[in-house]
Formats: sequence, C-alpha cells, structure tokens
Amino acid sequence: MSGIPHDHYEPKAAWEKGLAKRLPIVGLMYDTLMIPTPKNLNWMWIWGIVLAFCLALQIITGIVLVMHYTPHVDFAFSSVEHIMRNVNGGAMLRYIHMNGASLFFVAVYAHIFRGLYYGSYKAPREITWIIGMLIYLLMMGTAFMGYVLPWGQMSFWGATVITGLFGAIPFVGEALQTWLLGGPAVDNATLNRFFSLHYLLPFVIAGLVILHIWAFHTTGNNNPTGVEVRRTSKEDAAKDTLPFWPYFVIKDLFALAVILVVFFAVVGFMPNYLGHPDNYIEANALATPAHIVPEWYFLPFYAILRAFDGDVWVVIIASTLTGGIIDAKFFGVLAMFGAIVVMALVPWLDTSSVRSGRYRPMFKMWFWVFVVNFVVLTWVGAMPAEGIYPYIALIGATYWFAYFLVILPLLGVLEKPDAQPATIEEDFAAKYGGDDAGKAAPSAQPAE
Amino acid sequence: MFKKLAASVIATFALSTGVFAAGGAGEVKNIDFSFDGPFGQYDQNQLQRGLQVYTEICAACHGLQYVPLRTLGDEGGPGLPDDQVRAYAEFYEVFDPELDDFRAATPNDHFPGSNLENAPDLSLMAKARAGFHGPYGLGINQFLKGMGGPDYIASLLMGYTGEEKEEAGVILYENKAFPGGWISMAPPLYGEDVEFADGHANDLEHVSEDVAAFLMWTAEPKMMARKQAGFVGVIFLTILSVLLYLTNKRLWAPVKARYKNK
Repeated sequence: MSGIPHDHYEPKAAWEKGLAKRLPIVGLMYDTLMIPTPKNLNWMWIWGIVLAFCLALQIITGIVLVMHYTPHVDFAFSSVEHIMRNVNGGAMLRYIHMNGASLFFVAVYAHIFRGLYYGSYKAPREITWIIGMLIYLLMMGTAFMGYVLPWGQMSFWGATVITGLFGAIPFVGEALQTWLLGGPAVDNATLNRFFSLHYLLPFVIAGLVILHIWAFHTTGNNNPTGVEVRRTSKEDAAKDTLPFWPYFVIKDLFALAVILVVFFAVVGFMPNYLGHPDNYIEANALATPAHIVPEWYFLPFYAILRAFDGDVWVVIIASTLTGGIIDAKFFGVLAMFGAIVVMALVPWLDTSSVRSGRYRPMFKMWFWVFVVNFVVLTWVGAMPAEGIYPYIALIGATYWFAYFLVILPLLGVLEKPDAQPATIEEDFAAKYGGDDAGKAAPSAQPAE
Repeated sequence: MFKKLAASVIATFALSTGVFAAGGAGEVKNIDFSFDGPFGQYDQNQLQRGLQVYTEICAACHGLQYVPLRTLGDEGGPGLPDDQVRAYAEFYEVFDPELDDFRAATPNDHFPGSNLENAPDLSLMAKARAGFHGPYGLGINQFLKGMGGPDYIASLLMGYTGEEKEEAGVILYENKAFPGGWISMAPPLYGEDVEFADGHANDLEHVSEDVAAFLMWTAEPKMMARKQAGFVGVIFLTILSVLLYLTNKRLWAPVKARYKNK
C-alpha cells in the first residue's frame, strides 16, 4: 500500500489464490499489518493504538448502555440511575464509558501535540492531518452530545450555553438555534436528536479513522527525525524500517496496558473525579447552577470563547467596523472555532522546510510555551470569568493565534535548523549503538 | 518529549478538574469515613444506624426516590435480612396505579420521594455535592481527600451556629458548611435524637456521620463492587504490562543489538 518498497502477500494454497482473485482481502490485511514502519518511532507514537482502542471501547460500552437508557426528559435521568443500580455491571459500564471519554481526549491531545512537535502535518501528510482534525471535531461534538444524555443539571445548562453560541451568529443565529434545538429551548426534542447523533457520529468517526490510516499508510509514517524512509530499494527501506507486526503492535500494546492500569484505577477508585457534582442533580430549567463549566477537554476552547469580551480592543474595532454585527459574543464564537481552524491549517502556516522539531532550536521553545499555554487555558476555562482570569484567558488566546499565524510562518524564515541525520537508520544506530552496557545481551534470534 | 508531555497531561488534569470554590464556600471537615480511599469499605453497622437516622428524622421531609427498598438487603450495603427488608418496606405507603390506590410498599418498590416541595431528594446528594475544592481550581484537594460529598453532608448537619434570621418571610439558619452561610432547613439533629438498639454513641457528631455514610451508600450503592473490579483490573493489567514489557524487550533486543558498538 505504501510507497515504501517491501514484500507483499503472495497467495500460496489453491484456496488462497482463488480468494485473492475474487476478493483480495487477505492481501489487504497483510499489507496493512506488515507495513514498513520507521524503526526509530518513540513512545509518542503509541497514541494511535490507544485512540483506536478508545473508539472501540466507547462504541461497545455505548451500545450496551443504550439497551438500558431512555432518551426522554422524564426518564433519562432515572434510566441512568437504573443502569447504576439495577443493571448487572451497569455502574462499571457507565463509569467506563464516562471516563473513557476522558481517556479518549487525553490520547487525542497527546496525539495532536506529537504531530505538532514532529511536523507530522507537513507534506505529504496534509490530508492525514486534515482528516485527523475532522475526527477531532466530530469527537468534540459526540462528547458534548453524550454529556447531555444523562439529563443532569450540567447536561442541560451546558447544552443551553453551547447551542446558544449558534444564536450569536448575526441574522440567522436565532432561527438556526431553534432549528438545532428542535424548539425554542433545550427540551425533549433536543435530547432525542442529541441521542440519535451521539449514536451516529462514532460510526462516522470510525469511517474517517479508516481514511486517516489509509492516508498515512500511503505516505508512510512520520518519525522523530522527520527524515523520510529510503525508498531506493527494498534493502535500503528494510534498513530504516521494521514491519508493524510484531514490532510495533507489541510495543503499542505494552503502552496501552500501562495506560489502562491508570484508567482502571481512575474508574475503580475515583470515577467521578473528572465529572461535575451538579450532573447528579436532575435537569431543572428553573434553577441555573452557580457556575456552568464544560467537561475538562473543552476548557481551553471555552477559555478562548470567553476571553473576548466587549472591553478588548480587537472586539471594539470589529464591532465598530461591522456596525455592531460582530459583537463580543459572536467574536468569541469566531475565536473559538477559529482556534481549531488555524490548527487545521498548520500544514500551510508552518513555512519551515525542516519537519521535526528536534532539529529546530527556536521552534522547540515556542512549542513548549504553546503546550504550557494549553494547560493554562484549560485551567482558566474552569475559573469564573471575573478578576484576573479573563486577562489570563486573553493572553492565552492571543498566544494560541500568534503561534499559528505569526510564529510558525516567521520561524521558517528566521530559524537556522540543526543538522539532521541522513537516514533513519543513522538515528536508530546513534541511540542504540555505543555504550549500552546496562542492557542484557540479546538471547533471541533475529525474528526474520 | 514524552516525559514533558506526560507531565503536561497530568498537570492539565490536575488543573482542570478542580471545581473552584464559589464565593463564601462553607467549611467542610475531612471526616475519616470507613469507605475512604481505594481500600475503604462501607461499615454495615454504620449504614444500618444511618438508615435508622434517615427513617426517623430525614424521611419526614426528604425522599430517596431512586433507591429500591430491596437494595437494603444488598451485601455491599446495609445487608438487612430479607424479613427485615420486607417489614421495613411496609412502613411506607406507595401509590399503585394498577389498584388506583395506596398500598403498603414491598421490597420491589422504591423509597418514596420527598414530602415537601422544597426538600430535595437525597438519593444522590452525596455525589451531587463536593466538599473540597481548589486550591485555585487545581483539584488537588479532591484528589487527596476525595470529592467530599458525605463530608459535606456531615459538616452541614453539624454546622449550625444557632443564629436565625428572617428574609422575605422565610426563616434562614446560619450554617458554617452551607455555601453562603444561610440555609432554609431548620437544624434536623441536635444529638441524642435517635436511640440505637446496640447502644452506639448517638451524639450529634456520630449521628451526622452515620447518616452521611448511609447517604453515600444510597448515592453509590455499588461502590464495593466497583473498587473490587478496579483492583482486579489494575492487578491483571499490571501483570499484562509486565509480560508485554518483557515480550517487547526480547522482540527488539536483536534489532538493537545489531547496532551495538558499531
């Protein structure tokens, strides 16, 4: 499948040949599993497997939960309690699904930051990146709608606030919001359509995941050096790569098992730590919670949304220039979605010819500031929009945009990159050659 | 790269989970409950005492509409024998739509809901409140002490100062644990309100903690099973991790060895 030369599946037995002629599915599976993978991939390349696992976990637990859940405003909350109390293993199932969403987002953020650091979005992998961003957007939509289903106070008021964002769009906003909600306010119609979409979107994600994998199997994986695998001959390619099975499957499974130890500790011992206590109160349209806070994985963008109030000069300018059409609320909405748009456009905003951040001394610094900024935005998104917090959010939001729109385009011109290794093999040899005294002598024969 | 990112992920978690303290949050005492921590278990005697406090005092106004009466017999809960559960259920009257009339409750019915409009249902109260916050929205206190729902309930019951005031025709009672400091619920417990059959201490502190523990059970009846499943998961996955680590090490050893001392 990939452009890297390697051995392909050869049907041997008569039935294999017969099947290959009619449906080359074994060959497809073989080539997918045995794809040549850069041998120097580090531990940040394990998140893809974790994400695939999360998707499967969420779909499987979700399908079982649906068997006991009732999507109706009068029964949703009590049907969740029914799952927690009367369904065999129901409490475990729900807690896994609930915290599975958090694991999903931990993994996706690690995966995205990996891509940003090692330049995995750069040519020829732009399509992989764009599909990844679409998956991320769908994940956010799915998670948001899933959070509404238990019909607790945060479900209801979160839905009210977030769908209210669409109401901020000039001219069509209110009509659009009513259309999305299926009525003038969040109610049974909203719950039902969110339920329907929450069930549908994971399968759309699964389809996009296949495209995502197809895309990077066509270009080949990026790797920590950003240097391409040698494609000159099968022998050269083999020096830079190892087949995905078994080398990377076992490595990834090991990482997944370690992550799941932590995950099961959270599910078993503190399943509500990442949740909000208010969601154990049934939705009440007449009682607004003191603070409406989204789930942790939305907080950076929630912070950006709230950062731009009417006192910020760019908002005042935008408002004046457009005759008030772009008000502070709409500006915040544009900023929030814009934050994701600029991230999706990073393949064209990053002008550096060097792929991996490892060889970009200036980039490294700005990247880590970006990571810290993301953490700060997450924190400030959970704080009330008063006192010093809106200023912190504003600085953070400004840096987010500056990173993609100013810093990355300029760095490509200003920065003098370090020397890169000529081949992946060279990088691998540098890491494992030389003084390696602490390690036991290899007892196994090369698995070839 | 990985270490730094892992640290950021942990920091993101710690930072984001803290539910910040609302203005004038009450003081909640960290109570040493038997069910705290990964090894903590419900104390069956305490749950039974809490049930008695709930029945004799709280149930006058509040309800437990999500709790099936039969679960009082659960192993991981109060563990009442079947005949006692049946006898207890008969205390309550429930409306039966098939009879179109009230009848005595059976173990298959739920506890009744609240009797008073403004008395919230208590089934999930211990999970619907957080006792600990911060610091600075960092969620560290909740990580160390737990969410603090039952701690909040016990602190609230012990938090009355005895001050009262009238506001818009409603009498409010000063309470150190209640956010804002003034609560509309009159002090429900004064100490020695309940007489335990086994002669267990019935001062305000003990009774408050007993009923808080009972409400933690009504909110999280499967806690013991959950923790057990957590242990099974953690132990098996740890073993699996070690095996996969060794497999991975052995698998890669010849590949890495090829580049040694070259």
